[in-house]
Amino acid sequence: MDDLNCANLVKKFGDFTAVSGVSLDVPAGSFYSILGPSGCGKTTLMRMIAGFEAPTSGDIKIKGESVVSLPPNRRNVKMVFQHLALFPMMNVGENIAYGLRCRGDNKADIPAKVARVLERVGLPGVQEKQIGQLSGGQKQRIAIARCMVLEPDVLLLDEPLGALDLKLREHMKIELKQLQHRFETTFLYITHDQSEALVMSDKVAVMNAGRFEQIGTPKELYDAPASGFVAGFVGDSNRFSGKIADVRGSQALIELDGGGQMLGEMAEPLQKNAPVDIFVRPEALTIGGNEPATTLSGTVDSLLFNGANSRVLVRTGTGELVEMADAMQASGVSEGAKIDLSWQPERARIFAQRAG
Amino acid sequence: MKLGTKLLAATTMMVAASVTLAQAENLRILTWGSYAPEELVKKFEAENPDIKVEVTFSNNEEMIAKLRATGGTGYDLAQPSHDRIYAAQVEYNIYKPLDLSKINMDQLSPNLVEGVKANTTIDGEVYAVPHQWGTSGMMANVKEAPEAKSWLDLCNPEYKGRTSMRLRRTILLGMGFAMGMDPFALYEDKDAYQDMLDKVTAKLIECKDNIKTYWTGGDDLSALMLSGEVVLSETWDSTAFKLYGENQDIHFIPPETGALAWIDTFAIPRGGEADDAAYKWINFVTKPENVKIMSAATGALAAVPDAMSLLPDDKRAAVEAGFTEADMDNLKFFANIPPGIEDMEGLALERIKAASN
Amino acid sequence: MNRDAGRLSLILLFAPFALWIGLLIVLPQIGIGYVSLREKVGINEYEYGFSNYMAFFGEPIYRNTLLRTAWMSILVTALALVMGFPVAYYIAKMARRQSRAALFLMCLIPLWVSDLVRAYGWIVLLRETGVISTTLVDLGIISQPVEMLYNDITVIIGLVYTVILFMIVPLVSTLQGMDDALLEAGYNLGGSRWTVFRRIIVPYAMPGIVSGCIITFMLAAGSYLTPILLGGKNSSWFTEQIYNQFITRYNWEYGATFGVLLLVFTSFVVWAGLKLTGQSLATTVAKD
Repeated sequence: MDDLNCANLVKKFGDFTAVSGVSLDVPAGSFYSILGPSGCGKTTLMRMIAGFEAPTSGDIKIKGESVVSLPPNRRNVKMVFQHLALFPMMNVGENIAYGLRCRGDNKADIPAKVARVLERVGLPGVQEKQIGQLSGGQKQRIAIARCMVLEPDVLLLDEPLGALDLKLREHMKIELKQLQHRFETTFLYITHDQSEALVMSDKVAVMNAGRFEQIGTPKELYDAPASGFVAGFVGDSNRFSGKIADVRGSQALIELDGGGQMLGEMAEPLQKNAPVDIFVRPEALTIGGNEPATTLSGTVDSLLFNGANSRVLVRTGTGELVEMADAMQASGVSEGAKIDLSWQPERARIFAQRAG
Repeated sequence: MKLGTKLLAATTMMVAASVTLAQAENLRILTWGSYAPEELVKKFEAENPDIKVEVTFSNNEEMIAKLRATGGTGYDLAQPSHDRIYAAQVEYNIYKPLDLSKINMDQLSPNLVEGVKANTTIDGEVYAVPHQWGTSGMMANVKEAPEAKSWLDLCNPEYKGRTSMRLRRTILLGMGFAMGMDPFALYEDKDAYQDMLDKVTAKLIECKDNIKTYWTGGDDLSALMLSGEVVLSETWDSTAFKLYGENQDIHFIPPETGALAWIDTFAIPRGGEADDAAYKWINFVTKPENVKIMSAATGALAAVPDAMSLLPDDKRAAVEAGFTEADMDNLKFFANIPPGIEDMEGLALERIKAASN
Repeated sequence: MNRDAGRLSLILLFAPFALWIGLLIVLPQIGIGYVSLREKVGINEYEYGFSNYMAFFGEPIYRNTLLRTAWMSILVTALALVMGFPVAYYIAKMARRQSRAALFLMCLIPLWVSDLVRAYGWIVLLRETGVISTTLVDLGIISQPVEMLYNDITVIIGLVYTVILFMIVPLVSTLQGMDDALLEAGYNLGGSRWTVFRRIIVPYAMPGIVSGCIITFMLAAGSYLTPILLGGKNSSWFTEQIYNQFITRYNWEYGATFGVLLLVFTSFVVWAGLKLTGQSLATTVAKD
């Protein structure tokens, strides 16, 4: 059974529609992410699930029961806030015990439960510490422990890593995933950072302008984006704009706005002359010429070393910068060198241009 | 160093400037509300362009407290009542002797001058001359309380909840007289005076239930009387005379034991810095044409010959409605308060205020 | 040279503050303390000792008035807190940003007129022939005019009105610093409104509550005009005792003694209040 279902959720603020007709089903025990740029409505969606906003229409079910009419304190959905919202006037132990006391747990059992959850998040014995004495990562884990001690049906996480520095963020990604495994609880994770979503999630819903663009596993989103938005938002992509010059079965030849032609795979049925975007991932590009329709020529503009994620930036004849993957800079090209890049047409995906 | 020199120069200049300011004649008067009407102040300043008048309104107790606190400085002319000067001067030395040759004595009424002199002469020096005089008695709305004639009527259950008084020494003295004693005669015998105070205190505590509230100032009292919330109250005659102008049912009632008469005086604080200006003011406000303006403002009689005729018409009518010839003869002038008496009275007043029934 | 100038300007900057503290606070207190130990034995003859303090404890009027003043001031403080908290909460958390300044200003307006005028405002409203009484009679709700002045309730109303702003201001500023997410977290973790109020809002606002209570209590206990004007014949207030000693009785020695006692006693009440509620100045008012 699913832990969380949303059916056709709509939320309007006056004339503005923040969430328009969103449905999602989160299977029990999964790590589910909602990925979208700021202002896409993902926070509103989460606040509706938590009960802080009432949906204009649609239904929310937790473990199959509709919770729309329940106040936030009666939903077994706990939330890790963006800035964590740990209670500054309580120490760590009191913060964690707060929910247990609200639930009316037997007073004698509370200390043991608090100690156990602290152990599970890897911070045993910090009950007496004040919130101000904790590091960023520790606070993060306390915020999760505070929720997990209540054994929620779903744990909502609202960009909790946003406030951390990069190093810690990378570390916490892995940590969060491990915690989720350990607790075997359903996580619904909201983020605008595609790498967080891809790394941790079992499933990702990409949200834009109040709607879901695509729901899928990280690999599906990456390999087979359903829209230009997803293609551009998930993972790195080189994007070119143009018009369809010729349709060849599932493939099409694009006449680029800046001049030149590119051959790619149509992700949706398109007519000749339709304005389109064509997306090519950096790792789909290889050095060396091919047919003219699958080759870009240019000069190496700069080399960006980042271990396995190293890139070569190539400036094409029309002045566009193109990113090519060059793991460990194995290609050995040097700045200023003339270079040809080619791709398999099926790895260049063509989408109709959309407003915005 | 340069900065230091500059600062020093600046400070010197500022000090110099403030000295000059002080030299410009400022006449700082410490007096009762309405004893320095705007009209007279303007006229005085017009006649004496080098003098600037500053007025601070106060009452007997505060005048003495202020002058005591400053050792008699800060003001150039004060106007305490005649009975409040002797003890304050002996104890706190806050006034300086008057130079009577600088005062136009013929503008003042001789019997009042003699009375004040008798009260305020210490070691052969005179410390005050009279300015305005008046009485404390009762006022009644004669429609509602036609029979009231004794201080004791304030405690008459017939007027329950509709009488008022000021919780100050006047009511203690008035009650003392009404209860058949003579407080002024008891002044010198502290034990006898305490005994009288105890009786009066008991009476006033018993009476507390009967009164609506204690009034604290003329405005307060006026509102209570004019609204009809209070029909009988202890009062200054001047307040009663003012109200008569607005409601002719409100009369001043001299109690049958005699209204208590006070004389507000001119006295010069020991640290006064503008004696000449002070004398000029004294002579100015006792001129007949100015007395008229003053009396219109204060509602009290000036200590000048033929003061009655210098009252505005409505005030004269009010006085005539209140006083008969016999009442005038029956006036009880406040006697000098010996040191210590006010402390005893203060305790009595506190007991009354704190008592609840 | 330069350092001298710098030092001099530092001294000059600091001087007004030092003078203020020294001349207006420390020196008068020393003076009052000194006078309170003086006993008058005759004209301009004094002895020194604690007899004035003994006199205070020997006279029930003074003791009772002080206790009554403290008790009523505590009541005023409690009422100001109960009434001021929702107002402060509304201003800080619920009002829209634009209306916040206007609401705040509305709370401030009464401060623009003097105590005296405000007290007269209440008198005009509450007196027997006043606005409220007459209106009620006109509406036929009561048949006889009622006197609403001159009792303890009126004094308390008047005082609450006078001091409530000093409760609201510190509360607003602490509550404004509270992240709404704390409340949402409080609900999310299962707290009812009451739990969230008691365990999150109140503890968070504690610095504001403590400073607001201290200020209002001190203001109430030290007020003079409001209790005198609204209280009428039975309104004993300790400040009035002090005034009477200084002004009516010319008894500066008692007056000074009472002044010291008021300061000591109100400080004691504040201390006791902090102890009873388990707060301390270090964790609330002086919290960083």
